[in-house]
Amino acid sequence: MAETHSLQDMRQQAAIAAKVFLQRDYTNGTVCQFQTKFPSELETRIDKQQFEETVRTLNNLYAEAEKLGSQSYIEGCLACLTAYTIFLCMETHYEKVLKKIAKYIQEQNDKIYAPRGLLLTDPIERGLRVIEVTIFEDRSLTR
Amino acid sequence: MKNCEYQQIDPQALPTPTPTPPPHHGSEGDKKEEPRRPRRKWEVFPGKNRFFCGGRIIVARQSGVLPLTLGLILVTSGLFFIFDCPFLVKHLTSCIPVIGGVLFVFVVITLLQTSFTDPGILPRATPDEAADIEKQIDNTGNTSYRPPPRTKEVVINQQVVKLKYCFTCKMFRPPRTSHCSLCDNCVERFDHHCPWVGNCVGKRNYRFFYTFIVSLSFLTAFIFGCVTTHLALRAQGGKGLVFALQESPGSAVELVICFFSVWSILGLSGFHTYLVSSNLTTNEDIKGSWSGKSGEDVTNPYSHRNIFINCCSVLCGPMPPSLIDRRGFLPADESAQTGGADIEVPALATKSEINVCTQGTKGLLESATLPPLLSTSCPQGKPQTAHTCPDSSPAVNSDPSPELSVSCGARHAASSPGDASPSRHSKACSKKSKRAALHIPNPAFDIPVSPTSPDAASFAPLH
Repeated sequence: MAETHSLQDMRQQAAIAAKVFLQRDYTNGTVCQFQTKFPSELETRIDKQQFEETVRTLNNLYAEAEKLGSQSYIEGCLACLTAYTIFLCMETHYEKVLKKIAKYIQEQNDKIYAPRGLLLTDPIERGLRVIEVTIFEDRSLTR
Repeated sequence: MKNCEYQQIDPQALPTPTPTPPPHHGSEGDKKEEPRRPRRKWEVFPGKNRFFCGGRIIVARQSGVLPLTLGLILVTSGLFFIFDCPFLVKHLTSCIPVIGGVLFVFVVITLLQTSFTDPGILPRATPDEAADIEKQIDNTGNTSYRPPPRTKEVVINQQVVKLKYCFTCKMFRPPRTSHCSLCDNCVERFDHHCPWVGNCVGKRNYRFFYTFIVSLSFLTAFIFGCVTTHLALRAQGGKGLVFALQESPGSAVELVICFFSVWSILGLSGFHTYLVSSNLTTNEDIKGSWSGKSGEDVTNPYSHRNIFINCCSVLCGPMPPSLIDRRGFLPADESAQTGGADIEVPALATKSEINVCTQGTKGLLESATLPPLLSTSCPQGKPQTAHTCPDSSPAVNSDPSPELSVSCGARHAASSPGDASPSRHSKACSKKSKRAALHIPNPAFDIPVSPTSPDAASFAPLH
């Protein structure tokens, strides 16, 4: 297995080798879910279980954001009664979960993906269409 | 810089006027003196939208008849409060202006929210994503000169749904997404493009739109009722309607406006209540996607099979975020400033963190590599050549990238037919036919591809 690299090393030798895109999974409708199929380009870089665990956690977080439960109904009804002006001052449940997702992705990048020369891009920066995984060229391994 | 006494400044000796603030960072001494104001993403937005208040407010390129809608509402309500309320307060109850006021506030606020909110625009695919999708399509093994049909089938709740490829946005459209040719954007859960509010109605602003038309129908019916009561009371005692109208001429105007609009607005509210309760969009209803007209047993796969849950999910569901990040800063500017010196990178990255992104890891890595967004604003350039990009982009305001220039050029070419249709709509729509106009919002939306594709006509039969 590759030796771990610090972020400083990554930066100095960072050159993008490839990008892999995980597309959305629409079998359950328009809710935000990503395909958990393990891309073949990542086989040499990361453990399949690990990667699928990350994607599954992300899917669960997005499901939590879009969940139709009592909290979302109360928020919706309250918003309707105030002519939706509370959206201007209050952070919605969805936005709170998006912040949680951003933190999770950063944490996963720091702990698991950056040491292996990979980088996960937060799907919100790609319009919730794809999870972009950037594969960096690992020059120290080729020596 | 040449030192001149101020009385003798020769205009020809003046350099290009640029404000030069005191240098903050010593490391920027060898870079351009000209401060590069960090540009926000709305300034290079590829769709046909206009932005105000620094990107906080978004409207379609053509505001349609929004000023007319707003004007009619303000004039009618104004006349109501001036002419009818005093009389009715005196003869009936003082609740009337209160109820009228609440309804009026609701109507105006929801109208403005519908018009100024991002309807659920999907940002266009980055070049890397587009290349990845193209690669998959070409691998289907079709060897003829004609590209294979760009549709993908998915099964959603036991229904087969075809996802179409959008040539403008370079991605497969998610289910229920449609490309609005007036705004040149793919909009999620696209309902229709409403000229009366001057914006598309989609996933994010459908609840505002619904509240707007429902409260407007209440307001119109309320004003109509109050004006009728007012005139009836004035005409009592054998004085006659003409006498009443002469006493209160404003009421005549209100009567005419309300009489002609209440039927269409009530009808529209009824239609949209039906759509909400069956979790349909106007687009799907008009196309008959789930009505089984083709003879097959098709049902709406998105419906929760329960009217109450359908209504709650459409109107009270979680509010999705805006995906286009209008006020985010373009990372292109940061990359232009960092130039080629690797040593400078960590210092600049940490200081300019706030301008790039909030994730520290990504900020460090992306400042050293070519961020995806940079490649959309500059020709496939390494960071060393990024200097040329900011020079060209201010000059070419609406055409920031060579890659986008193809679609931009075609968009400008296509804008004349696109411009014709909404003006045709607004001229053809009188108050009486308002409902018809809203139901047939934009004949162009049926065409799933933009004019940039030569195969656009060949894909029409697919749906």
